[in-house]
Amino acid sequence: MKFAVIVFPGSNCDIDCYKAVEDTIGQEVDYVWYTATDLSAYDAILVPGGFSYGDYLRCGAIAQFAPVMNEVVKAAEAGKFILGICNGFQILTEAGLLPGALLRNSGMKFRCHQTPLEVVNNGTAFTNQYSQGEIINIPIAHGEGNYYCDDETLAQLEANNQIVFRYAGDDNNPNGSLKNIAGISNERGNVVGMMPHPERAVDQLLGSEDGKRMFTSILNAWREQHGAAVNG
Amino acid sequence: MAQQLTAKEPTAEQIADQRIYTQFGVTDYEYELICGFLGRKPNYTEIGVFSVMWSEHCSYKNSKKILKKFPIDGPKVLMGPGEGAGIVDIGDNQAVVFKIESHNHPSAVEPYQGAATGVGGIIRDIFSMGARPVALLNSLRFGNLENARVKYLFEHVVGGIAGYGNCIGIPTVAGEVMFDESYEGNPLVNAMCVGLIDHDKIQRGVAKGVGNPVFYVGPATGRDGIHGATFASVELSEESEEKRTAVQVGDPFMEKLVMEATLELIDSGIVVGIQDMGAAGLTCSSAEMASKAGNGLELYLDEVPQREEGMTPYEMMLSESQERMLFVVEPQHEAQAQEIFDRWGIICVKVGKVTDDGRLRLFHQGEEVADMPVKALVDECPMYDKPSKEPAYYAANAAIDTTAYPEVTDLTDALKQVLGSPTVASKEWVYNQYDYMVRTSTAVQPGSDAAVVTIRGTRKALAMTTDCNGRYVFLDPEVGGQIAVAEAARNIVCSGAEPLAITDNLNFGNPEKPEVFWQIEKAADGISEACRVLDTPVIGGNVSLYNENAKGAIYPTPVIGMVGLVQDVDHITTQGFKAEGDVIILAGETKHELGGSELQYVLQGKSEGRPPQIDLAVEKKLQQGVLGAIKQGLVASAHDLSEGGLAVAVAESAISGKLGAEVNVVTDLRADAALFSETQSRILLSAKADQADKLAQYLTEQGVPNAIIGVVRSSGLIININGKPGVNAPVEQLEKVWKDAIPCLMKK
Repeated sequence: MKFAVIVFPGSNCDIDCYKAVEDTIGQEVDYVWYTATDLSAYDAILVPGGFSYGDYLRCGAIAQFAPVMNEVVKAAEAGKFILGICNGFQILTEAGLLPGALLRNSGMKFRCHQTPLEVVNNGTAFTNQYSQGEIINIPIAHGEGNYYCDDETLAQLEANNQIVFRYAGDDNNPNGSLKNIAGISNERGNVVGMMPHPERAVDQLLGSEDGKRMFTSILNAWREQHGAAVNG
Repeated sequence: MAQQLTAKEPTAEQIADQRIYTQFGVTDYEYELICGFLGRKPNYTEIGVFSVMWSEHCSYKNSKKILKKFPIDGPKVLMGPGEGAGIVDIGDNQAVVFKIESHNHPSAVEPYQGAATGVGGIIRDIFSMGARPVALLNSLRFGNLENARVKYLFEHVVGGIAGYGNCIGIPTVAGEVMFDESYEGNPLVNAMCVGLIDHDKIQRGVAKGVGNPVFYVGPATGRDGIHGATFASVELSEESEEKRTAVQVGDPFMEKLVMEATLELIDSGIVVGIQDMGAAGLTCSSAEMASKAGNGLELYLDEVPQREEGMTPYEMMLSESQERMLFVVEPQHEAQAQEIFDRWGIICVKVGKVTDDGRLRLFHQGEEVADMPVKALVDECPMYDKPSKEPAYYAANAAIDTTAYPEVTDLTDALKQVLGSPTVASKEWVYNQYDYMVRTSTAVQPGSDAAVVTIRGTRKALAMTTDCNGRYVFLDPEVGGQIAVAEAARNIVCSGAEPLAITDNLNFGNPEKPEVFWQIEKAADGISEACRVLDTPVIGGNVSLYNENAKGAIYPTPVIGMVGLVQDVDHITTQGFKAEGDVIILAGETKHELGGSELQYVLQGKSEGRPPQIDLAVEKKLQQGVLGAIKQGLVASAHDLSEGGLAVAVAESAISGKLGAEVNVVTDLRADAALFSETQSRILLSAKADQADKLAQYLTEQGVPNAIIGVVRSSGLIININGKPGVNAPVEQLEKVWKDAIPCLMKK
């Protein structure tokens, strides 16, 4: 299986994503620049966190126009696995691959800390190694992670089981997001965006390894798609 | 010489007759020297260039004699003071690069940008050496947090640090914040950056090779930050608000691109010399690079990318627009360098060449507009030995007996007051705004004694901290200087690392006041002595003088930034208690020392008397003993005793470990002194029950006095004194006081 980590000017979690793939599942992984015009060689695409183009405008608003995004859209249509983390989630919403938007945190400040998450849907390609309703610890680090969408969209998200993660517990919503939403998928389930950083939770030495299973989930899903004969 | 370029600029004659140079901080004596070096009167551009090069910020003219006291050599030091940052060997062809720098005055008038560009500047110092920045730290001082202006400064300084560090993707992993009226109106904002480098990649800021082209990299030059270095070298005043234009505006996104491109350029192996444009921008970088190579430099100012129309040579040379670098390559590598920056979308233009005449010559619109000897700019600034005088307060404090305060009877309440004091209180409000995890190497996060950052692909890690208690230094500069180094080292040791070296940021008042100069001298003596005993040479640093407010000089605050090496990640130790039933041991002896303590500040509302004393030989034994025990796996938790003494240390270890403790202190001291004294050379340890005796015995063998004082419990904090009740409170209650203090004050 082959992963692409997209690098926009200002991406800064690209290295962490790359290393997480290497360290957790040992699959092939490449950095792919924002100028790339062909992603056909990749089975999964990670859109990493950071401050693409400085995020001086709305987060992700400029990155959506980078040449590589046309290819990311094509890959999504082709059913490939696409995971947007933090700024990557913001970019995927700006690009229309995921519904809704990420607003400024309700507390108006950047927040960085471990956060308990509830796995709301373990039926996706990204969460199949978790149990339904499991509480996992994954850190956040963002200033604009307050997920918002209109009522109709929310109803659709709920009806289609597109809410993948919620901030768990009563007082643990760090950013004021609607219905404690921390991560969602598209209708088909092959595109997921999340504000928390699973790539930062792959080593107990650094505080948590609960993020590892996101990567093993992706590998598992890909293997299922490609039959047991394929060696990952 | 060319004619006047703009009608606005005074002529050389006017500069002389009207003593315009004094506006730039140049004295009559210095002006005469400059005329001597030039053989004529300087024009406006030249006097501007000289004034920034001869400012305290660039020349260290008031502090160089003091800086010479510092021990700067050691077997592991690969580069000492003089370059962008110092470098220390950590084995396996790897080295750690670090430096601290102040942005106090900019932050006082424009806190967000002042702090942000302080971070940006120190990051450039690190990557211009060829190192990959891996961590940021900061040391902050503010006035009383009840004050509305202080809240504003605190909020926006933290915001600026977060804004820059988070965006560029370098984790802000550690630091300290203290609050005291002394810093009212003149906050301290010191930023430190730590980088990693392979030995063969180390760069220097040298303009070698006559005829080699000089390249300018980064965004266009604007009119921001003109005379920033001069601004940093005078006292703040009511007019300082007008100096907002001397504060630069940061663009961390741009710096991220410049950093990646620069590291790629360095990695390509074609760089002859490289230096960032920091204080005094193009002036300082060009003059210093030429000086270090013993060469001259020509700059063609029409080539300098300009953000605004009609910029004069004076403005271009003195601008401190951010995120810019200057580098030299050989002519055959020009295209290769250009290609790298093109790919990153960064401006890179040839603006000059290296010459052999030892002069800095500037050309603009077809004319030579300045011609100055490089040596005069960089090396010939007169050095001053300022008069020094012991201040009256120092003698007066000798008479104050801090053991004679009425005894505190409600020790639980006293502990809550100290835990709720913003200086001691949890800094979560601060560090949760910093991305301290990006790069996924932060093994010990903010909130412990020192942060620990792992080194990918090895078992090693780096421990890092900043430290300085300005109250101690004020009360006794020499002892306070020793303690600043000793405590930084103690923090490093508590994390399981061996201290390597320090970078220092000497924040003091106006050195022209003999009492201030005395503080500087004495503090430097103390720092030097501690560095010698603890084997931590000074590999670089920064001097920030003229930190004054209406009431006079700030507390002398020589901030120590220290880095240590964790040899194996298994040695990493944190302050939180680990398990119920673990045994608590206090290493070190306690005396009745409340001068300069947090308890004194909270209860008496002032800092007076003599600070805690320190015996560096005892300190060294303690550190070696504890580190030895950690390496043998005998230690479950380790926490330095500092502000608030034993009571605060026990409370913090309990809170951090989400556990409780039951402690009984056997002592001859008064109960309040036993709990809150800030005696140095003490560390609170815990060990598994079956290892506690072994730990105690090992420490004794190593000459470290120690006592088993209690047991870790699942909840509740009980500290008895000689069996009598002292502190008794639920840990959750203490935690609430400790964690809510700063957020509550900020909401008020």
